[in-house]
Amino acid sequence: MTDYKMHLLVCGGTGCKASQSEQIKNNFKNQLQEVGLENDVQVIHTGCFGFCEQGPIVKVQPDNTFYVSVTPDDTREIINEHIVKGRQVDHLLYTDPNTKVQITESKNMDFYKKQVRIALRNCGFINPENIEEYIGNDGYSALGKCLEELTPESAIKMIMDSGLRGRGGGGFPTGLKWDITRKVENEQKYVVCNADEGDPGAFMDRSILEGDPHTVIEAMAICGYCIGANKGLVYIRAEYPLAIQRLKTALTQAREYGLLGENILGSDFSFEIEIRYGAGAFVCGEETALIHSMEGKRGEPTFKPPFPSQEGYLGKPTNVNNVETFANIPPIITKGADWFSSIGTEKSKGTKVFALAGKINNVGLIEVPMGITLREVIYDIGGGIKNGKEFKSVQTGGPSGGCLTNDFLDTPIDYDNLLAAGSMMGSGGMIVMDEDDCMVSIAKFYLEFTLDESCGKCTPCRIGNKRLYEILEKITDGKGTPEDLTKLRMLSHVIKDSSLCGLGQTSPNPILSTLDNFMHEYEAHVNDGKCPAGQCKALLQYVITDEKCTGCTLCFRNCPVGAISGEKRNPHYIDQSLCIKCGACYDKCKFDAIKIA
Amino acid sequence: MPKIKLAENTINQIKEICAQFDNQEGELINVLHQVQNKLGYLPAEVQEVIAKELKMSLAKVYGVVTFYSFFTMLPQGEHPISICMGTACYVRGAEQVLTEFKRQLNIEVGQTSPDGKFSLSSLRCVGACGLAPVVTVGEKVYGRVSPQQVSKIIAEYQQGCPSEAKSA
Ligand SMILES: Cc1cc2nc3c(=O)[nH]c(=O)nc-3n(C[C@H](O)[C@H](O)[C@H](O)COP(=O)(O)O)c2cc1C
Ligand code: SF4
Ligand code: SF4
Ligand code: SF4
Ligand code: FES
Ligand code: FES
Repeated sequence: MTDYKMHLLVCGGTGCKASQSEQIKNNFKNQLQEVGLENDVQVIHTGCFGFCEQGPIVKVQPDNTFYVSVTPDDTREIINEHIVKGRQVDHLLYTDPNTKVQITESKNMDFYKKQVRIALRNCGFINPENIEEYIGNDGYSALGKCLEELTPESAIKMIMDSGLRGRGGGGFPTGLKWDITRKVENEQKYVVCNADEGDPGAFMDRSILEGDPHTVIEAMAICGYCIGANKGLVYIRAEYPLAIQRLKTALTQAREYGLLGENILGSDFSFEIEIRYGAGAFVCGEETALIHSMEGKRGEPTFKPPFPSQEGYLGKPTNVNNVETFANIPPIITKGADWFSSIGTEKSKGTKVFALAGKINNVGLIEVPMGITLREVIYDIGGGIKNGKEFKSVQTGGPSGGCLTNDFLDTPIDYDNLLAAGSMMGSGGMIVMDEDDCMVSIAKFYLEFTLDESCGKCTPCRIGNKRLYEILEKITDGKGTPEDLTKLRMLSHVIKDSSLCGLGQTSPNPILSTLDNFMHEYEAHVNDGKCPAGQCKALLQYVITDEKCTGCTLCFRNCPVGAISGEKRNPHYIDQSLCIKCGACYDKCKFDAIKIA
Repeated sequence: MPKIKLAENTINQIKEICAQFDNQEGELINVLHQVQNKLGYLPAEVQEVIAKELKMSLAKVYGVVTFYSFFTMLPQGEHPISICMGTACYVRGAEQVLTEFKRQLNIEVGQTSPDGKFSLSSLRCVGACGLAPVVTVGEKVYGRVSPQQVSKIIAEYQQGCPSEAKSA
């Protein structure tokens, strides 16, 4: 980094951008100019730091001070105090919720301590829009090493030995996939990066592209070199404008630096990358559907074999990998297979990125070594459950995964353990739920998603899931019977066994895992007409207890539909026929006078 | 749906976009992205022009348009409102927020208010799960939205030009 004495790293991830981080960046730039420091301090917009809960984040280098929840009004103070006088702005530091101690550097925060960052190594450290910073951090040295020192075979062997498995959900060994595609003879082959990321509630791949687009470009070029392809395609959703813009900038810069195009780094290897836009269809994340979509067609899956490595894009051998899988490649090549395989468990090597969200204190993007327990993730990194509530369940694997209970908190996270526990690794969504979440409703939520996203090509998925959804709706409406529970399970197995693609084959998992782990909640709905979490509206009523009500009128003023009546200082009353059960009155009442019955 | 007549100028714009992609059938999705970008939506009449230019059947074009949720055949409101229904937002109460928007605007998801001001849609994960539940109006992102805030958000856009209110 050139002559700058200091750097102000402002988070430019989607979460922080939504909280005015753009404005913060601009304020810094303008105000630095006002005090004549624009040549001493550089303002950099980075990718997501991970600690989105505390955003917007601003980091000052070289001292690594980590400011949280910064607002545009704080920028002047940071400049005047920190930059000019060298004094930390204490009130913007992170306070550990347990010890109440203020922490200056991120590496000392519980949120970061147990993380190991490989795929996210550059996110939050470099400016994703400047190729020189990527190069300065060892970037493109893996590609250089491949072209100068390694044959395709030996590079593939390194990937194989590292034990890297696909991070897009399936967990297929990456080196093996490359080797298979390499061995298929064809003049024209393709490298495809799957950046569809349709799992609702997940933002890992998008964040990598936003925070470190060059790592994906470099890895795709390496893959091209290994399998003998000169063309790469990134399939990304048009709905992710920031990731697209960053990727485009990075592609242009890589071309300018001769790291893409003809005869890369003076070798006889040539490689180009194009972007293809998805248009919001979850099933297009499935590789055969993705390929059809890139060909301009409806994104419907087709039967495998033939696998894409045999017959893919335009009928040519195609190697499809996930964004995070690619992000692991350059460090494996530079640091070696042994280094990578020393991290993780016996059958799952390296790390996994998770989008940790839901009822947890520290929502954010984390990268942890395989083998860490769910308890460590939820309590140490995640800081426990929000508002001191009771933990109920953690969901991994998105719409294909399952809901795990307390019993699994000490299970080491890896591909095989999660599968054995009735869930799956998936692409990395991790949603934490508390006592207020009704597990029947959660299953219904996922089924509704599947229904929306099923391509309709095969009957079990198209119609079977609809029936499953209807049964769940019947149960949450309070009309379920014990037979419905048996039907749910039976139909689920039929759908799993007879669907064409991974979407249908896994869509009943949220139901099966909740039936296994939370049967008592289903039974409470059908046998006792009760929703233990108090979430199913048809099964609950808000009632005011006359003895406790002081007539403060707070509920009356907050009811959005005017369902509450009563005189000042007299007990109020809720008209059940008008009440939409929004719970506002319940939340507002300071006298505990409103009960959920 | 009433037939609309496309202006000569619009037809030329569509043809131009198709030509940019060499009128290749395989570029259909890219063409649709660009045309929707220009016109805001893809009514049947527009699809007819595209089908002719790319020398493919209208049924095929229609099949693709309706397959992808990003493409829309209906005009969007002046202020398109989207409620994030990703899992993170769902468990933090997005459904109640959606219900409140539906109630106050008196439209369903996928519809536009009669005055053309607002349209309502749901989407899956904006990537700002830390701010759940999340609502977007046009480019602007609102975080930690409660049902009680819904009327305030709508009011911001009611006057015609949105005030410089802060997000989050
Ligand atoms: C319904 C469905 C959706 C999928 N969505 C994605 C996705 O969004 N991103 C992804 O990388 N893989 C997704 N996959 C997995 C891909 O089919 C494929 O296995 C993966 O991209 C291969 O890359 P990897 O080996 O690096 O994981 C999905 C699979 C199915 C069945
Ligand atoms: S299982 Fe569902 S998504 Fe997959 S091909 Fe069949 S209908 Fe389509
Ligand atoms: S807020 Fe509580 S105490 Fe006040 S009027 Fe309503 S029920 Fe009674
Ligand atoms: S639950 Fe909501 S709608 Fe019902 S009375 Fe309370 S505030 Fe009014
Ligand atoms: S978006 Fe800023 S920390 Fe994640
Ligand atoms: S689920 Fe709503 S922003 Fe991620």
